[in-house]
Amino acid sequence: MSARALTTHRLASLVPVATIVIVLPLLFPSAYYFRVAALVFIFALAAVGLNLLMGFAGQVSLGHAGFLGIGGYAVAIGPVHFGLPSWLCIVIGAALSGAIAFLVGRPILKLKGHYLAVATLGFGLLIAIVLTNEAGWTGGPDGTSVPRLVLFEWRVRGSDTWYWIAAGTFVAGAALALNLIDSPTGRALRAIHDSEVAASLLAVDVARKKLAVFVLSAIYASVAGSYLALFNGHITPDISGFLRSIELVAMVVLGGMGSIAGSLVGAALLVVLPQALTALHDYEHMALGLVLMGFMIFLRQGIVPSITAALAGRAT
Amino acid sequence: MNMLEAERLSITFGGVRAIEQVSLAIRSGLVFSIIGPNGAGKTTLFNLLSGLYQPQDGRFRFCGEDVTGLAPHRLARLGLSRTFQNLQIFFRMTALENVMVGRHRHETTDLLSDLLHLPAVTRQNRRTRDAARAALARVELEAYADQPAGSLPYGALKRLEIARALASEPKALLLDEPAAGCNPVETRKLEAIVRSIATDGITVVLVEHDMRLVMNVSDRIHVLASGRTLVEGTASEVRAHPAVIEAYLGIHGSQEAARAVG
Repeated sequence: MSARALTTHRLASLVPVATIVIVLPLLFPSAYYFRVAALVFIFALAAVGLNLLMGFAGQVSLGHAGFLGIGGYAVAIGPVHFGLPSWLCIVIGAALSGAIAFLVGRPILKLKGHYLAVATLGFGLLIAIVLTNEAGWTGGPDGTSVPRLVLFEWRVRGSDTWYWIAAGTFVAGAALALNLIDSPTGRALRAIHDSEVAASLLAVDVARKKLAVFVLSAIYASVAGSYLALFNGHITPDISGFLRSIELVAMVVLGGMGSIAGSLVGAALLVVLPQALTALHDYEHMALGLVLMGFMIFLRQGIVPSITAALAGRAT
Repeated sequence: MNMLEAERLSITFGGVRAIEQVSLAIRSGLVFSIIGPNGAGKTTLFNLLSGLYQPQDGRFRFCGEDVTGLAPHRLARLGLSRTFQNLQIFFRMTALENVMVGRHRHETTDLLSDLLHLPAVTRQNRRTRDAARAALARVELEAYADQPAGSLPYGALKRLEIARALASEPKALLLDEPAAGCNPVETRKLEAIVRSIATDGITVVLVEHDMRLVMNVSDRIHVLASGRTLVEGTASEVRAHPAVIEAYLGIHGSQEAARAVG
């Protein structure tokens, strides 16, 4: 394969990502770093799914943490109440999220712009309320403990193990997303983003494609939610909270809409920054807000697209 | 055979009769133009014919099949394509990718094989890309293929829309003011393109204000005024028709014109 083919292949951007995944552990001085990195990859997985919906198809969702919650509570409730293995509950949670996204998406994806934003916001709130009120199943506002993941009679524990699971799943999820973009479905989604009218007059079934990407992004979020619950060993309705939804949107926008690598960068920034800024004590949130504003002002298209554009401009 | 047939199509917007009882029979393989003063309802008629608006009254047939009320994407799948007066370009995609979307009608797609990028998807992508390049070459835009569509000049975007529509290999192509905003050189290029499309056996329906272009390329001309049919005929019939002159110039103007000619 020539050098050009290597840089233009649809999966080319996975090479640096995979390199980072492998090299990072060599630099980590303690388990704490593994823990933070595992969280980054888990959130990046959800962000990639949301990016397919927002960055490519141009449909906003302010309720995606609802699907994090469905996935998270699936691995909390399934093993305890039904005696199901956790790995199966990840799959069941994903299927349930997909099914709910299908039912909810049909009516609300007809809405556009701000109206869609408010409808998805309502959906997220609804899930959070159900998770809080159904205390018999969910443990109510205080949440419930989540049994450890058991794979082939091996109890998964330890941040380093979760690092590899989360990073591996993220790379796989990113590969699927990059595949999708370079396909008729991916082109149709990007077309819908710019002109629904033109797309429909080129035989694209706009409603169906929107629904498909909404379901897909819900499945990404659900798997991430399951991982988050299993990794933490505990879950509360906060997983579906409004702030979580906004955080996911911020990761996508900050990293770069329509950039899969950007979703990883956005997730890394929003997971690592609050940890790094704790040294500022009372001013932590203020500093976080200022940093985020700074990034959006100076890197308008998001971190990864802005930097690649600047580098490409310098090269020519 | 008639490619497109409209039978007493009517639509009103808030009490205003935008199109009233308009009937058309467009023979296959011809260049059929729809002209009329501003506000005559030309674009509304196009939106009816391409399924964007649903008529309140009347029927619409495509290739002999009744397609009244069919969704735009299903009409497009049957082989009806169009361009837009106000450009509807996919600005975030490259010129080539824009045209590749035009191939959607001929692509087989399902979510799972697209996610896994099975070998069949790779092969189909290659075919789609080749066909899109050919369509770009046809409107002389191959040099722009890998540029973001947003960076193309206006005249090029007009032709990009035509290439995108042609990539779908339509049976009928509706062109909504393709020459609007184009300079004379671009308009001449456009004339050649319209002729070549018709030569390929694609039925062309043209809405256009540039009368030289209309008179040069049209086999039939249908004149609309205030949402109603005024006249239909060949270029020379329409040009000489007193009602057409009156519609364009007003009664006073038409008297002046008659005096000037006579």
